[in-house]
Amino acid sequence: MKRGPAKKRRSHKESFIEKTLAFSAGLFVMVIAVITIFIFSKGLPVFLQVGWQDFIFDTDWRPTRGIFGIGAMVLGSIAVTVSAMVWAVPLGIATAVFMAEIAPGHIGRMLGSLVELLAGIPSVVYGFVGLLVVVPFIRQHLGGNGLSVLAGAIVLGVMILPTVINISRDAILAVPKEYAEGSLALGASHHQTIARVIIPAARSGIITAIVLGMGRAIGETMAVVMVTGNAPVAPNSILAPVRTMTSNIVLEMGYASGDHQGALFSTGMVLFVFIVALNLVVNRVAKAGGINGKK
Amino acid sequence: MEPKKMKMRSEGLAVFYQQYQALRGIDMNIAANRVTALIGPSGCGKSTFLRTLNRMNDLVEGTTIKGQVYLDEVPIYDKEVDVVGLRKRVGMVFQKPSVFPMSIYDNVAYGPRIHGIKNRSHLDEIVEKSLKAANLWDEMGSRLNSPANRMSGGQQQRLVIARVLAVDPEVILMDEPASALDPISTAKLEELISELKKNYTIVIVTHNMQQAARVSDYTGFFLSGALIEFNTTSELFVNPANRQTEDYITGRFG
Amino acid sequence: MAKNKWYDRMITAAFWSAGLFIVLILASIIAYIAVKGISAISLDFILQPPSRAGRAGGISTTIVSTVYLTLMSLLIAVPVGVGSAIYLQEYAHSQSRFGRLVNLIAETLAGIPSIVFGLFGFVFFVVFLDLGWSILSGSLTLAIMILPTITRTAQEAILAVAHEYRENSLALGASRWQTVSRVILPSALPGIVTGIILSIGRAVGETAAIILTAGSSLGMPIAPSDPARTMAVHLYLMAMEGISAERAFGTALLLVILIVIINYLANLSLKRFSQAVR
Repeated sequence: MKRGPAKKRRSHKESFIEKTLAFSAGLFVMVIAVITIFIFSKGLPVFLQVGWQDFIFDTDWRPTRGIFGIGAMVLGSIAVTVSAMVWAVPLGIATAVFMAEIAPGHIGRMLGSLVELLAGIPSVVYGFVGLLVVVPFIRQHLGGNGLSVLAGAIVLGVMILPTVINISRDAILAVPKEYAEGSLALGASHHQTIARVIIPAARSGIITAIVLGMGRAIGETMAVVMVTGNAPVAPNSILAPVRTMTSNIVLEMGYASGDHQGALFSTGMVLFVFIVALNLVVNRVAKAGGINGKK
Repeated sequence: MEPKKMKMRSEGLAVFYQQYQALRGIDMNIAANRVTALIGPSGCGKSTFLRTLNRMNDLVEGTTIKGQVYLDEVPIYDKEVDVVGLRKRVGMVFQKPSVFPMSIYDNVAYGPRIHGIKNRSHLDEIVEKSLKAANLWDEMGSRLNSPANRMSGGQQQRLVIARVLAVDPEVILMDEPASALDPISTAKLEELISELKKNYTIVIVTHNMQQAARVSDYTGFFLSGALIEFNTTSELFVNPANRQTEDYITGRFG
Repeated sequence: MAKNKWYDRMITAAFWSAGLFIVLILASIIAYIAVKGISAISLDFILQPPSRAGRAGGISTTIVSTVYLTLMSLLIAVPVGVGSAIYLQEYAHSQSRFGRLVNLIAETLAGIPSIVFGLFGFVFFVVFLDLGWSILSGSLTLAIMILPTITRTAQEAILAVAHEYRENSLALGASRWQTVSRVILPSALPGIVTGIILSIGRAVGETAAIILTAGSSLGMPIAPSDPARTMAVHLYLMAMEGISAERAFGTALLLVILIVIINYLANLSLKRFSQAVR
């Protein structure tokens, strides 16, 4: 082919554009590297100095005296997360089944956009409503001062609903129609088909939904900080106040310095590692698991 | 066979998709201003061969090509070759008419604009000429600004041809251009192909043997990645030299 | 048989109540905020700056800060996010190591809690790069947080564009970039816009990361180096410090209204996209 100078310039432009685009994709690698480096470089010293077992399991947190044990906060995070999941996961999966299999099309779609809205409401707004509605309700009807594991569980549960619902619904919708038809043709009822064919087939997607919902719950900060009372002691009842790992960071970052700040970074580092590990596991589950993993 | 000027020529052309060999040493001459039809059962390699002629196979990951294709005796599989310039000279019409989601005018003007023509009256001229050449001007000349995807399938396929004509190619490759069309649109398309060969060299892949017999001057029969027989259409359909060719055109398999 | 029928009806009723309960939760949150907040909202509330740490006056500076931060973060994240999406879908080989790596990173970034981004933004932008608590630190941090959403939705939108467009354009002698810029991006645009709108929602509501990177100054931010307090941060501080319940409700209502509008726009552009792609 003839290749005039004009064409040459064009191919220079082309390769410049390609390099620019590749660079922007490369930024992802840089970003995750820089995040990891900086979180670790700030968080690792105190973490190592205290020793990982003491840091994570010791429930004594007296930062001004240089005693850094986040055990109480780890327990707090677990307590709030587990109690939120106890009610939100079943409700979320039931809603997902409802949207995908039971509700008429237009109601399913309408519910879908309402769930989107639920996902869009900022966490401070949830925290705010929790503080003014849920906390006083608990104080008046169940005792204590209301700022509690329970309040956190209620608010957090609502917040993870969209994650659980959306991912489970997508997994259920991805189950091939033939599966359900095959079951119905054998004389199974609609509900039997849902319970014995559709949900098992969507299993890996539903597990992904639960795990990601859990990740969201553990990482949530603002709503939890507003309703759980934030006492840095291990909770002994569902009505006791707790402090989560995330709350600990946002409450004390404002004034912490030196090793104290380092310990808050260590807390962040633990969260970071935990969430990244969780995501990698989910990635595996999604890939390994039957129908939904098939891409 | 009457002596004709060759427009394109393949020499020992082999194509591999990863381990799978899709074409085995194809030698073929494509005559200028003639219609060459490629026939054969599904998966025989005829579409693969067509796609090597303007290097569309380059876009498929894991493709390796051996041998050479010449356009006007210049090799097209050389490092020096500007693929963009090649595709401008060797246009292609695909199986499914795919108009861009823009107006009729913008569809036809897409190619010329890409190749640097900005002058509006010049573009108008090209659009009119191309639509006329594609037998679409009478139907659509007054509706140039309406969205192209509102047209019928047959009109869309002719618009796609007009879009190819607008970049002023020398060769037009057609990959089963009528497979998605109704009989009336197919008849119009075949008529159009016969008109186009005055100015263009055409290579057409088709499943429909009657169509190959009606529109083409030369026919190549492919089987399992090999070119079994190549001859003038009249000779190949009346006096096939090869047993497999005969079986195929008489409908014994495929 | 009759017993079975009863049982079936009970289960159906249970599923319907699950769906209904979700609607109830959302409706009561929105109704509560609307009822309590509507009296606080006035033109002055929107246009006047806060005074006495938010006890009086309006919330104008926090609105400006929210818009400022959101726009700045989009300015950074949209080109990078859409650029990466184009690269991964149109240039990189689909199974390339690099492509898979970037997708894995994007997924990971999407899961990281905002407080961790806040810590990172604080130590990297505020301290290490010495940008201080500022709009710039805040929007850089926010940009990283919304990057996965923008990239993922842009990738999906580009993927949904008919493969034939690409083939036809290239067969006409168009270069890759011409194909991308003239055919693929225009067709994918509404889908990309949907992702951007959803990111705006995330940016507007973000609190934990902002408080650690942009600070909580109530002044009017002018330069990108100025600190700022967004509406969400303002709501948090007012609620936690019991400053002004009325103004807190007003702020919460404005935030919810914003989110409702943003969601509506996202749905609208998604609808246009699915119609365009068919």
